[in-house]
Amino acid sequence: MIQGYLRQDGRKGIRNLVAVAYLVECAHHVAREIVHPHRETGAHLIGFPGCFPNGYSQKMMERLCTHPNVGAVLLVSLGCECFNRTALLETVRASGRPAELIVIQETGGTRRSVDAGRAWVARTLDALRAAPRVDMAVDELVVGTICGGSDATSGLTANPAMGRAFDFLVEQNATCIFEETGELIGMEHWMAKRAQHPALGEEIVRTVAKAARYYDAYGHASIGPGNADGGLTTIEEKSLGAYAKSGQSVISGIIKPGDTPAGGGLYLLDVVPDGEPRFGFPNINDNAEIAELIACGSHLILFSTGRGSVVGSALSPVIKVCANPDTYQRMRDDMDVDAGRILEGRATLDDVGREIYDLILRVAEGEPTRSEALGHQEFILTYKTFEPLGPACFPTAA
Amino acid sequence: MTDDAETDPRVLVLAPDDNVAIAKRDLRAGESLTVMGHAVTLARAIPTGHKFAFKPVSKDEKIVKYGAPIGRALVAIAPGENMHIHNVTSDYIPTYTLDAGHQYLEENRTQ
Repeated sequence: MIQGYLRQDGRKGIRNLVAVAYLVECAHHVAREIVHPHRETGAHLIGFPGCFPNGYSQKMMERLCTHPNVGAVLLVSLGCECFNRTALLETVRASGRPAELIVIQETGGTRRSVDAGRAWVARTLDALRAAPRVDMAVDELVVGTICGGSDATSGLTANPAMGRAFDFLVEQNATCIFEETGELIGMEHWMAKRAQHPALGEEIVRTVAKAARYYDAYGHASIGPGNADGGLTTIEEKSLGAYAKSGQSVISGIIKPGDTPAGGGLYLLDVVPDGEPRFGFPNINDNAEIAELIACGSHLILFSTGRGSVVGSALSPVIKVCANPDTYQRMRDDMDVDAGRILEGRATLDDVGREIYDLILRVAEGEPTRSEALGHQEFILTYKTFEPLGPACFPTAA
Repeated sequence: MTDDAETDPRVLVLAPDDNVAIAKRDLRAGESLTVMGHAVTLARAIPTGHKFAFKPVSKDEKIVKYGAPIGRALVAIAPGENMHIHNVTSDYIPTYTLDAGHQYLEENRTQ
């Protein structure tokens, strides 16, 4: 049985971390210095670099700071930035978590802020260690999936194996989230057939069309040189592989970054901004997508890679599933699962799917993933804009 | 997954209507093998996961992998030829390539 940390909103965490959050790039160094001595004992660094307020960044920061894996929060503000630190602090405190705010300009500069922050983090981590744990069922788990550094093996081994693991989780009524509508281009009509109701299917087609328009404005699809060198020819081919991550379950709904799914089942996360393209590529790298999956409540992330990505994440453990047998031989220290065995005929999709499912449960029970043990805590958050979800996005037709 | 007696075990054809074969391991140029009953000789080396034609594909024909269209042929493609960015293109948005991709295009345009 998984032992989780019960939060006031009823959700449970599989880690009990202190999040140290900078509220503008100007406070990033101080926040990083505060985390440094505690980075292997439960302090994680997140933050938003922009000086100007934006609904998306406010929502993302609120959801990340009240994520079930987070037990306490230290906000680090320079003092003159526009981010609404008071609202964020109140939200975190209202969630029942210990929270503190350091304003560098009021505290007296870098050194005093770092000292004060480190002392607070040390005290808080000590207190969190004594936190009680409660039984947590599989249906309380939220798992996100992403592929990064894909090659032509990703869609043959790791992605469909992770799809099997998703099917096993959905059978247990866990919540599973897949994303990157820009990497589902070409799959929209297949995907629509899996929608729980027809209006959701139409919404899925519209969501992918929006992604195609957005990428088109920037001149090329979400398929880069490494993908092409790895044998992926077109965005449709990359999509076909990426789509396999979703498994074969019914799609229950669409969510946007920061939305918590309504219940167990499989959800599509629409990560492409609404409105005219204005902030550059929808996802500037894999970690931007991971941060959004986590903001939707993901306790852990399944990450497939063919070329060989090494990233992890702040706040939620990342399980790395390696698609390509040659990459696995070169980079095995970074990989949790060797899915290339499927290509070599040494394992079936079901074998590896079951192995991933079992590993999810062990990681939920506290076993560190490879990227976690190696200290990977990547995090990035940039500007986007989203409109609220329409009624067709929810599990039951309105 | 169709990987029966009519198809070399080093090769994968994912669905019955597919017109691409996939290398399960690195294959050398000049190798002869059988794919879905077709005898094929590889024009170039095919790295693991990369694709080649095992039956004639005409210009503008849809390229089908795992039963899904993944683009269209820019030129006629003969059995045994590699299928990639030099002879297949997206029906949606172009693929972005850098040095290795440019070099690949140069080498393959002369074939």
